[in-house]
Amino acid sequence: MFGKLSWSAIPIDQPIPLVTGAVVLVVIAAVLLWVVVRGHLPYLWREWITSVDHKRIGVMYTLLACVMLLRGFADALMMRGQQAVALHSQGYLPPEHYNQIFSAHGTIMIFFVGMPFVIGLMNLVVPLQLGVRDVAFPTLNSVGFWLTATGALLVNISLVVGEFARTGWLPYPPLSEMTYSPGVGVDYYLWSLQISGVGTLVAGINLVTTVLKLRTRGMTYLRMPMFCWTTLASNLLIVAAFPILTATLAMLILDRYLGFHFFTNEAGGNVMMFMNLIWAWGHPEVYILVLPAFGIFSEVVSTFSGKPLFGYRSMVLATMAICVISFMVWLHHFFTMGAGPNVNAIFGIASMIIAVPTGVKIYNWLFTMYMGRVRFATPMLWSIGFMVTFLIGGLTGVLVAVPPADFLLHNSLFLVAHFHNVIIGGVLFGAFAGYTYWFPKAFGFRLHEGLGKAAFWCWLIGFYVAFMPLYAVGLLGMTRRMQHYDVPEWRPWLLVASLGAIIILIGIVCQIAQLVVSIRNRAELRDRTGDPWDGRSLEWATASPPPVFNFAIAPDVSGEDAYWAMKQRARQQGMDDARPDYRDIEMPRNSPTGFICAFFATIMGFALIWHIWWMVAAGAIGAFATFVVFAWRDHDEYVIAAADVARIDQANTAERRALMSGAA
Amino acid sequence: MAIAHADPHHVHGLDFAGAGHAGPASKRIVTGYGFWIFLLSDIVMFSCFFAAYAVLSGQTADGPKGSELFDLRSVAAETGCLLLSSFTCGLASIAADERETTLFQLAMALTCALGLAFLSIELREFASLVARGAGPSRSAFLTAFFTLVGCHGLHVSAGVLWLLTMMAQVTAKGFRADIQRRILCFALFWHALDIIWVAVFSVVYLLGAGQ
Repeated sequence: MFGKLSWSAIPIDQPIPLVTGAVVLVVIAAVLLWVVVRGHLPYLWREWITSVDHKRIGVMYTLLACVMLLRGFADALMMRGQQAVALHSQGYLPPEHYNQIFSAHGTIMIFFVGMPFVIGLMNLVVPLQLGVRDVAFPTLNSVGFWLTATGALLVNISLVVGEFARTGWLPYPPLSEMTYSPGVGVDYYLWSLQISGVGTLVAGINLVTTVLKLRTRGMTYLRMPMFCWTTLASNLLIVAAFPILTATLAMLILDRYLGFHFFTNEAGGNVMMFMNLIWAWGHPEVYILVLPAFGIFSEVVSTFSGKPLFGYRSMVLATMAICVISFMVWLHHFFTMGAGPNVNAIFGIASMIIAVPTGVKIYNWLFTMYMGRVRFATPMLWSIGFMVTFLIGGLTGVLVAVPPADFLLHNSLFLVAHFHNVIIGGVLFGAFAGYTYWFPKAFGFRLHEGLGKAAFWCWLIGFYVAFMPLYAVGLLGMTRRMQHYDVPEWRPWLLVASLGAIIILIGIVCQIAQLVVSIRNRAELRDRTGDPWDGRSLEWATASPPPVFNFAIAPDVSGEDAYWAMKQRARQQGMDDARPDYRDIEMPRNSPTGFICAFFATIMGFALIWHIWWMVAAGAIGAFATFVVFAWRDHDEYVIAAADVARIDQANTAERRALMSGAA
Repeated sequence: MAIAHADPHHVHGLDFAGAGHAGPASKRIVTGYGFWIFLLSDIVMFSCFFAAYAVLSGQTADGPKGSELFDLRSVAAETGCLLLSSFTCGLASIAADERETTLFQLAMALTCALGLAFLSIELREFASLVARGAGPSRSAFLTAFFTLVGCHGLHVSAGVLWLLTMMAQVTAKGFRADIQRRILCFALFWHALDIIWVAVFSVVYLLGAGQ
């Protein structure tokens, strides 16, 4: 009846997951209770859960990322704690638990923090920057978000029901095959990624179509803000790379569930095929994450230097070059696995070549700042911190791209330090810069500057204290994923690293405090004009938060930095007093399709993990029925009357006019 | 003079999209375009299964080879069914454009019948292979074969389900604009399955039978 599921799946004998799970359940129950008692449920359902508004969906993606960041960071703290004490001893985490923690940490940080964070920001900002009312497929957008949330939910369920994979964040066979991992851990990994992978693919298709087909009048390709370009490149990579992940994980699923022989040791299976396929997705994935961050830095550096982006066209070219070359370097992840010197040399050279366009970008940002009036607001601090940190990470990356050096450094903590250096210093700093920069656009008030700066300094210093020692201890020969060790020389470095993790923890506390304080003081931090940073692109040309239709009148673009040009014109000629010709606006109707689909996907995923076949069928039928019901509806749009559009727009126009006359 | 005043950021001849971008595209174009991108991603997924087949096709683990298993006559019948179904699917598209309900339903029903015929031949082939002890667990070659061909078969099954849904929708709602867009996407999907089948036919069956 319930497949492999029984009461023994609950880890009664393991206090850490049990207590954590209990605390999380209590918190969730308390939040739900508060929502229901205060009567917020109808509001949440109407305005958020069923929303197909790209801004709301973007906010929910980002919120998911922030919550999962806490989970992933808790894992990181536990690992640092374990390695700080595990010299000549077992530490406090048994090996099978420790292995689950590093697997979950990597999986969560990449798939459920990095991905939703950048997809959330792209969702929120790109339609605004393009001057349009929504993404290409609003309801699919909601489906994509909720499927991502399903994946995150399944990973977290594994904490209290069953176990998570012990194979690392990429489940290398043959370890991940049924013979060596008979438990449900790998299955949790596989199904949560398959389901959230569908969500990611949907988001990718949606954003590619949005950028290529939905741009306001006059917004030619070479007038798009840089963030739109990096969004395009990143989502093209999603469309081209995520199907590879889907296919690869499907093969592993077939091996595990039906006794196929893709990656087994027996019957002619080929383990190296897994390495090649997974990294043919895995390396583009790195750029899927970091390209949007590059776009955010471009926007931030240009805005806070008060200058157009230096070398815009070279930046476009560099972005698209990275997009293409990122598919030609995957083998550098396994130089040591016997490809031979010639193949290694070619992939080593390709890996060094990809550093060139990235270098071009760094120079462009520096020259944008050069001779500018740089304002050191929090987003700018993240950007400068990024330039220094990412440069170091990039250089150690070029180092490990040299095959002979890689033979020494492969799978050592040097490598771990390298990729944390680029992912924290690049992706995460970029996400935080974007979060601070666009927060006022999303919610209508700025974040507290002082606490934001405190968070930045804690993260920056904490990062260096936590990861520079890992470079050293890697060179001393320590490999990754060690549950315990017996080399006393490593101990001091690992103690310093755990101190760094604690400094980062203080940074996270500052960020939470920043959010709380800013919400409390939102009246003083209010952004009335919609343009709190003296911005340059179109998202600042509308109110904060923008009305559901984004722009009352579709903007007409005649050059780069569209909104900057509009402001210049208004300063010289005064703002146009003429009442614009407001029209009725049609907007897509909200729909619970995404949420209901994800509900059935959760049931199906859980049933597949535990081999409960009748429940799989029920989930599949439910999901299909949801789509048919959605396809059957007759009214998918509603109309906002011209008079309402005018009323909403004029309030914001009046604020802007006051700002303009104040500035004059 | 004009060159001296020109904005250095606007090199002439590089504005390939032209100064006069007209604004957002129509819904039909956006939907069709998005679906094309989905199809491309689907083809990337298939290419992985093709790659896996290419890597594993020699790994028979002392089991049967392709030339001992494949029956080219039934494969030819399958191919005939699928290619013909693309023709009837094209007829359905024309009928939808002309808003000819009867012709549309007839052409879709034919497409469905041909799709089901294809699936039944394929299932019979699979069943006979399994009965002969040449199931997917026998060798890595058969693993890759069943997965690649089966993945195409699953797509055809999903296509049949979609086809029936579209027939029901046209009956219930008529040729509304959004339904026309879905018919467009369905037709793209069905034709794409043909393209993939041509590759399966050549790479798996023709090359395999010759070995």
